[in-house]
Amino acid sequence: MIGQDLLGIEDLEREQIELILETAEGMQEIASRDVKKVPTLRGRTVVNLFFEPSTRTQTSFEIAGKRLAADVVNFSASSSSLSKSESLLDTAKTLDAMDPDVVIVRHRVAGVPRKIADVLDAPVINAGDGAHEHPSQALLDMLTVYQQKGRIEGLSVAIVGDIAHSRVARSNIYGFTKLGAEVRVAGPPTLLPPGVDELGVKSYTSLREALDGVDVVMALRIQTERLTGALIPSVREYSATFGLDRAKLRFARPDAIVMHPGPVNRGVELSHELTDDRPSVILDQVRNGVALRMALLYLIAGRSASRGKEQASG
Amino acid sequence: MDSEPSETHSRVVLDDEKIRRALMRIAHEILESTSEVESLYLVAIPNGGVPLGRRLVENIESLSGIRPGMGILDTTLYRDDLTRRGMRPRLRKTEMPSSVDDRLVILVEDVVNTGRTIRAAMDALMDFGRPRTVRVVALVDRGRRELPIKIDYAGKNIPTQSGETVILRIGEEESEVEARDESLEVVVRTQRGAHDADAVKEAQS
Repeated sequence: MIGQDLLGIEDLEREQIELILETAEGMQEIASRDVKKVPTLRGRTVVNLFFEPSTRTQTSFEIAGKRLAADVVNFSASSSSLSKSESLLDTAKTLDAMDPDVVIVRHRVAGVPRKIADVLDAPVINAGDGAHEHPSQALLDMLTVYQQKGRIEGLSVAIVGDIAHSRVARSNIYGFTKLGAEVRVAGPPTLLPPGVDELGVKSYTSLREALDGVDVVMALRIQTERLTGALIPSVREYSATFGLDRAKLRFARPDAIVMHPGPVNRGVELSHELTDDRPSVILDQVRNGVALRMALLYLIAGRSASRGKEQASG
Repeated sequence: MDSEPSETHSRVVLDDEKIRRALMRIAHEILESTSEVESLYLVAIPNGGVPLGRRLVENIESLSGIRPGMGILDTTLYRDDLTRRGMRPRLRKTEMPSSVDDRLVILVEDVVNTGRTIRAAMDALMDFGRPRTVRVVALVDRGRRELPIKIDYAGKNIPTQSGETVILRIGEEESEVEARDESLEVVVRTQRGAHDADAVKEAQS
């Protein structure tokens, strides 16, 4: 079993990650059926509580819940009473009084899902908090690599881009190292977090060195509006140095795959052809995202009257 | 999931030879009861149904010259006890290579007891299409039914008591899907302290 909540990959044991991936593989077949729905979570309520806009993750959780026959309610900050200055935790408690079976939380501030989990009876899944963690994205990335390569142990994975501000990078660093892969991070020095080596990864400012012999290249989205001028000189400069195209990909292993959590800035992190064609597996990632989130809902959703939050950490 | 209680008594009630004979007899019975061998579709419920289904496919082919289709259908997501928190069994493989529409589907299960798994299997099957007829093979019928489910082809009736578990053992493993051509046997286990035999069976799967 995995724990009561899923707040970060940092909290998971290797066996728990493997259980989630195995369960997600079992869920994949449902997408190929005529009737893409199983009755497993009939009568359960899944609440998407998104304080930060997200199309992909929110839709993916929504489809996952619906394929398991749960009722899915989307509660987004713009439509909520947050605009009427109700406090975050009051909003969460109000929701909890409506007896959801699982609450999916996204917030721009790191640690908010944990705060909410502390006051809710319902289990909480972190759908991305600040630059902290985005566990479901990392898990679908691990599932994708596992299915493309047949293993994760012993692989080399290079994560390229804005490592310092990326919850995707952080969760993937925890996840891939726990499963026995070697993880490297690469980017301009301004975008590499200090102390990243303590997470068991090696950091590079040369893309060529970082990609040397890797099996997987994961490009991260560059938030051009936020970074330009401050942390990177220009988008063009970034793209020339760290943007991936077929020529730069030659540094990696010949059978290396290319990943991106989306949405891609075409021509910035990835060239057009790498966005659309093999060896990029971006659409496999999206497809796997639904199955992976079905697995999470299956393993986590459900309230228990007798349960106390304090004893449910394991 | 749970560790085994310390005191366990096992006895073999069907050895590999008896299982072979039972599956050959069942293959005859299936062929006797239908004139449309072409529409046969064996759907095995993992894990134990899978090696039994494979043997039935071989038997039916050798008797009729026609190799029936076979699928594997996991019933976990259709169970009626998932509302309990913490009750999250591991998923098993589902592979339904051809359509079930208008087919004569034979569900193949190792041990049928309460009938709840067969109920789940029928619900799952209907999500894949509309079979013309559904029938059930059970290698072992324990007979303590909780739902109105009947077995059409039974290998052996083994009345058991609460506290006893009936297991199809495949080679060294119990109900291992990947194992082929391994010797099979059915064992009855009596466990002291087991309050519900089904709970024990589920805990092992």
